Amino acid sequence: MAQNEWPLWEIFIRSKQGLDHKHVGSLHAADAQMAIENARDVYTRRQEGISIWVIESKYIHASNPDEADSFFEPANDKVYRHPTFYDLPEELKHI
Amino acid sequence: MTATNHLTNYIIHLGDNALILGHRNSEWCGHGPILEQDIAITNISLDLIGQARLFYQYAAELMNKSSSVTGLATEDSIAYLRDVMEYKNTLLVEQPNEDWACTVLRQFLFSTHQQLLYNGLLKSSDQQIAVISEKALKEVNYHVKWSAEWVIRLGDGTEESHQRMLQAIDSLWMYTAELFEPVPYELWATQNNIGANLPTLQNEWMKKVENIFSEATLPIPIQKGWQKGGKTGVHTEHLGYILTELQYMQRAYPNCIW
Repeated sequence: MAQNEWPLWEIFIRSKQGLDHKHVGSLHAADAQMAIENARDVYTRRQEGISIWVIESKYIHASNPDEADSFFEPANDKVYRHPTFYDLPEELKHI
Repeated sequence: MTATNHLTNYIIHLGDNALILGHRNSEWCGHGPILEQDIAITNISLDLIGQARLFYQYAAELMNKSSSVTGLATEDSIAYLRDVMEYKNTLLVEQPNEDWACTVLRQFLFSTHQQLLYNGLLKSSDQQIAVISEKALKEVNYHVKWSAEWVIRLGDGTEESHQRMLQAIDSLWMYTAELFEPVPYELWATQNNIGANLPTLQNEWMKKVENIFSEATLPIPIQKGWQKGGKTGVHTEHLGYILTELQYMQRAYPNCIW
């Protein structure tokens, strides 16, 4: 990163009351306050949100893609972990 | 001068301030110092041009009711078919962008004034003006916050950014007193409880500017602003260039629509 470049921030927007904040993208800003305002200008100008979270990207720790096999593969054949073995009445649509 | 004329002039003056500053800011579109701020300044442009539209639509409605105006007035005819001397914006808003320091300082000085003015206009006896001000105030509150933070950031930033803020103050301070010196249609508006009382806003404006400048480690010039005339149609050379670009399509291809 160039020395004079502003740090990168990850932006999370809650689109309406009751929903979760969702990751929408990232942007540059000099500090947290500016990141929130930049996010307001970049990501909510078409009424996409009512709340903004920002976090400096360097504080996000990610799983290692090289370990994807040992991390995620083992769950593949454990279908019994899904609650899909119940008989549900037809009227129930949203379960 | 009839009451309708005073009222129309007053509304057009409010619209002109918004349109010309909106146009100035729009010149940054695609040239902002960083993508995020390019979008921020363009958003402010759109807020201001939106305000201008509301004022012009209202002015057009009044003009069409008045017998002294020939031809149909519309928001477009008001924006695109008036010449420099008919424009009633303050000199401050037509000043060139120069650099980012000049742009954010111009925004701060003007938006702080506009915030106080629109707050006063919430109590206007003219319902339409009160309603437009209420809607616009939400936008202006953000413009003040955004621009004040930039003034502090640059004023209290590096040696170069501080120097550029000093230059910006040098170029713009002279135009600030005009914001608070009422011209005849403003005096009429105040007398009829339609407009806000400008001189009484000046103290509060000064307090806010002093606060932000002090946080930005910037000096307040000793001398009060002295340049004026925009509100009565006497402009700096810059407005002509703005209108040449702004009005080009309608002048070159009258009534063109796209």
